[in-house]
Order: sequence, then structure tokens, then C-alpha cells
Amino acid sequence: MNDTTLQNFQTQQDSSTASEGAVRGPYSEAPTPDKGQPVTRNESVEENLSVRVRDLSLWYGEHQALDDISIDIFANTVTALIGPSGCGKSTFLRCLNRMNDLISSVSIKGLVEMDGRDVNARGMDEVALRRRVGMVFQKPNPFPKSIYENVAYAPRMHDMVSRKADQDELVERALRDAGLWNEVKDKLYEPGTSLSGGQQQRLCIARAIAVRPDVILMDEPTSALDPISTATIEDLMDKLKQDFTIVTVTHNMQQAARVADYTAFFHLGEMIEYNATKQMFANPHTKKAEDYITGRYG
Amino acid sequence: MRHYTSALYRRRRFVNRCAMVLCLLAAFFGLAWLVLILGTLMVKGVSALSLDVFFERTRMRDGGLGNAILGSLILTSAATAIGTLVGVAAGTWLAEYGGKSRLARAVRFINDVLLSAPSIIIGLFVYAVLVLPMGHFSGWAGIAALTVIIVPVVIRSTEDMLNLVPTELREAASALGAHRWWVVSRVCYSGARAGIVTGILLGGARISGETAPLLFTSLNSNQWNFFDMQGEMPNLPMTLYQNMTINSFIPDLVNLAWTGAMILTLGILILNIVARFVSRQSH
Ligand SMILES: Nc1ncnc2c1ncn2[C@@H]1O[C@H](COP(=O)(O)OP(=O)(O)O)[C@@H](O)[C@H]1O
Ligand SMILES: [Mg+2]
Repeated sequence: MNDTTLQNFQTQQDSSTASEGAVRGPYSEAPTPDKGQPVTRNESVEENLSVRVRDLSLWYGEHQALDDISIDIFANTVTALIGPSGCGKSTFLRCLNRMNDLISSVSIKGLVEMDGRDVNARGMDEVALRRRVGMVFQKPNPFPKSIYENVAYAPRMHDMVSRKADQDELVERALRDAGLWNEVKDKLYEPGTSLSGGQQQRLCIARAIAVRPDVILMDEPTSALDPISTATIEDLMDKLKQDFTIVTVTHNMQQAARVADYTAFFHLGEMIEYNATKQMFANPHTKKAEDYITGRYG
Repeated sequence: MRHYTSALYRRRRFVNRCAMVLCLLAAFFGLAWLVLILGTLMVKGVSALSLDVFFERTRMRDGGLGNAILGSLILTSAATAIGTLVGVAAGTWLAEYGGKSRLARAVRFINDVLLSAPSIIIGLFVYAVLVLPMGHFSGWAGIAALTVIIVPVVIRSTEDMLNLVPTELREAASALGAHRWWVVSRVCYSGARAGIVTGILLGGARISGETAPLLFTSLNSNQWNFFDMQGEMPNLPMTLYQNMTINSFIPDLVNLAWTGAMILTLGILILNIVARFVSRQSH
């Protein structure tokens, strides 16, 4: 199994020399040796590029939090970001929907492309961008409003629905997609904060997918949850990737191994290694990633 | 482990009790004055209370306090309304937009100074910039002085309350593609509303009893003044002051002053209770 992956990787390398367009690696440019090997493509799935990041660096004032990150994220996959605390995973995630704009001390260099469009370009409206890129946070943070209102909030804000019936339908669909409908269908008008932690987190997922974004960013979405709620959310991520591209941060190695198609290992603001999850866990290319995965530090 | 002997525990329990007793004494000391004030006002104020108090104007004999009460209501509510607009806007800017910028820090500092400025100084200031140029005392000048007093109160409470709204909620709304102003108006205000309203009510209560700034601005009058803002505006605090000092040789007027003091205090008490109620409702 491991050999096949490697073989695939080999053939891909060969074909890439033949035609540039067929490259499925994170680097369209030549891979830099210290950043690990190019990603092996997942066998069966035909993958499209969703997010392309090149030489992304970010500073909080004087402090550099991201150093020359380059990565390709494929549509309809789950990509996990792992690494020790403070290595810049959240910071990187927040570059993808420009949430770092809200922090005044931040300066950014490099390219982030979403479906071929530079998200930091002058003409790009960050509000429009954030509609395409949903976000789920570490701590469930439903608005202090009803369950229904939490989900209907963004579609109404973006004028996606005009009639009440459409809105009801959209709310139901989002809640169903988030696997929450059966639990809340009889209490849609109770406050979102009255739900359990795991349910609140799924409500936040429903709220994010209600506007049908392309990409959903999740920042340690299960770290505040119990094991059962965690398993539910992991299953959900697996289902949601049919419709969305998911980028998730996790502290939990098993979780990355279970849900992610690709895994990127961050360390001190650098991306050390990026690879298919199977490859990363079975046979990491870099010493640092290996040490981290085998629990030698972190 | 060895250190945690029973003697140590006993000493801690003793210190704990002493502190407790001192705290209780302090609380009773404060409460006692409040009860004494309210009691005195009730006893002395009730005797002259009648419907005439509300419907007759101030006169040397057989008068009421109607014009003063109305004038105070006009001055206070107009100043509170303007103070709310200005104060909430400025507080919002400080909390949501100004951040730690130099301008914001300067505004915050000036606001703190204004918050603790003696009200008579504010009265003098308005006297100099409005009353002297206009050539006469006026309702407008009184409103201006009271507004200057209430604005910093509202700014401060608005900023504090907005800062209490969790960042997570703001981020949640922003991440859904909400514009800055949408986040402020739909998310932050709905979270901070109770606190902001409480601040406004307490500010209103504070200015309704101010006397010194009115001395130089609206002055007082014994005539009814139905919204003639160019003219002198009668008001309760200055009427109390005059009845108790220069008119203190007329027992009826002194009694009326006690009644006015009671009405004023009850009004403020009601505002405080409403403020309490509003802030309780948010939880
Ligand atoms: N708002 C901020 N202002 C200044 N420094 C920050 C801010 N957020 C994060 N950092 C710093 O950036 C680095 C990366 O943080 P973060 O992306 O949150 O790490 P992770 O999510 O991997 O734990 C850390 O050193 C952190 O202290
Ligand atoms: Mg983080």
C-alpha cells in the first residue's frame, strides 16, 4: 500500500516533466528541498485546485508568525494543519478568509489565490470573500439568538432569500447538512446557546454552510468537545467534503489521520511538510514531522 | 503539608470573620445614610404634597412646583436625548474603530477629564460661550450645560459595554461576510444594549439633580415655560435652592422645597430602579 503511493508519486513526477499542466503537487515551481517532498496525489479522486498559496509571510508588528508558506489545497478534500501550539496554524487559516485584516498590526506578503483569484488584490472585497469562505471556531460561538435565526442570519444578510418559505427551506437544508435537524426540529425558536457544546458546534457549521461557501475553515473545531461529539463532527467533515473544501486545524493526530486527505505540518511559522495524510503518517519525509507525529515533542 | 497546622487554620478563620464584620459595618454605614436621607425627605416632604404642587406654578404664596417640574423634565430629557446621540456615537467609535490609535487615546483622556470636571466649571464655560454672546439666560444654555455633563458618562458606559461583547461573536459575524457596520449594529449593539441603556438612565438621573450648571445658564423663573427655549427655564433644583435660602423666611416655601426634594429623589430612585431592571433583563 505504501509502495503504491510511492509509485504513484514516482509516475506523477515523471508525467509532470512531460506536461506542466498535469502537476498535482503543492509546488508548480520546483519544490524546495527543505520544505519536504511534493505531495503525492490521492489515487482515485480527480482533484481540482481550490486554494493556491505562494510564499506567504505574515507579521504581527515585528513578530513574524508565518514564513514563506506555499501550499495547494484541493477542492472537495479535507486538509488538516497540524503542529505545536503557536506555530501559526490559526494565523495561516485566517489568511485564507482575510480575518487577519481585523487586526491592525498585521502585515502580509505573498499570494493567496482562491479559485484563481488573488484574495489580497485591491479589487477583492473581503466581505465577498468571506461569503465564499466560511469559518468554524474553536469555541462554539452561536449568536445569542434562536437556533433558526443563527442559521438564517447570513443568508438574510446576503439577500439570498426573499420569501419566508425559501428561508425555512434553506434553514432546514443547512441544519440537515450539519446533521442537527432531527435534534432541533421541534425547538427551532429556542436560543442557540441552550444546546450542548457539540450541538452548538454543529449549529455553527450549519450557520457557515447556509450561504453555500466553497471552502470551510475550521480552527480546532472539536478541541472543546467530548469524544462522542468529536466523532459526530469528524463524520460530518467526511460528508461535507462532497460539497465543500475543508481546511481544519487540529491538535489531535488521530483526528488528522482519520478525517484528512492531506496533512500539512507547521513548525515555528514554517510549513515543514505537506503530503497525503497516509504518506505523512506512514512515512514522513522530514525528521521534524516524524518527531512530532510519533509524539517526541509538541 | 507540615505548614497547614490547625493553628494556622484557626488564625485564618479569625481574620476572615474580622474582615467580614468590617465589611458589614461599612455596608450598614452607607445604607444608614441612604435610609436617613429618604426618611427625612418623606417625613418633611409629605406634609405639603398635593395635586396643586404639580399644577400650580411657583409663587410667593399658594403656589406649587408645576413649572419647575416641567422645566426640569424638558431640560433633562433634551440633554439626555442629545447626550445619547453624541455619547453612543462617540463611544462606538472609541470601542469599535478608534482602538489604540493616538486620536482615540486623546479622546479617551479628555473624556475622563470631562467626566470628573466640577459641574460649576461646566456651567461657567457655557455661560462664557453661550449666555454672554446671546445676552440672556436660556433653556438652550441649560440644555447645553447638562449635555456636556451627560455626554462623557454615556461615552464611557457605551465603550465599556461594547468592550464586553465577546470577540468571538464579532469574528463569527465577520466570518459570515458581515460588513463592519453590520457587525456593530446587529451584533455588538444587541449584546451591549442593556448596559448602554443603563448608562443613559444613570446619566439622566445624575443631571436631573444638577444645580450649579443651571445657575449660569437657564437660571430659574416663576412662570410657566412651555418650550420657549430662548427664555429662562424654571427647574426644580434651583427652586429648591432659592426656597431654602433667600426665601427661607416663608415657611410654606420651605415646606414646598422639601416636597420638591422628595419628588426629585423619587424620580431619580425610579430611574435607578428602571436601570436595574433593564440591566437585569439582559441576563
Ligand atoms: N493577534 C495577535 N497579535 C500578536 N501576535 C499574535 C496574534 N495572534 C497570534 N499571534 C502570535 O503568532 C504566533 C502564531 O499564533 P497562532 O497562529 O495562533 O498559532 P497556533 O494556532 O498554531 O497555535 C504565536 O507566536 C502567537 O503568539
Ligand atoms: Mg490556534
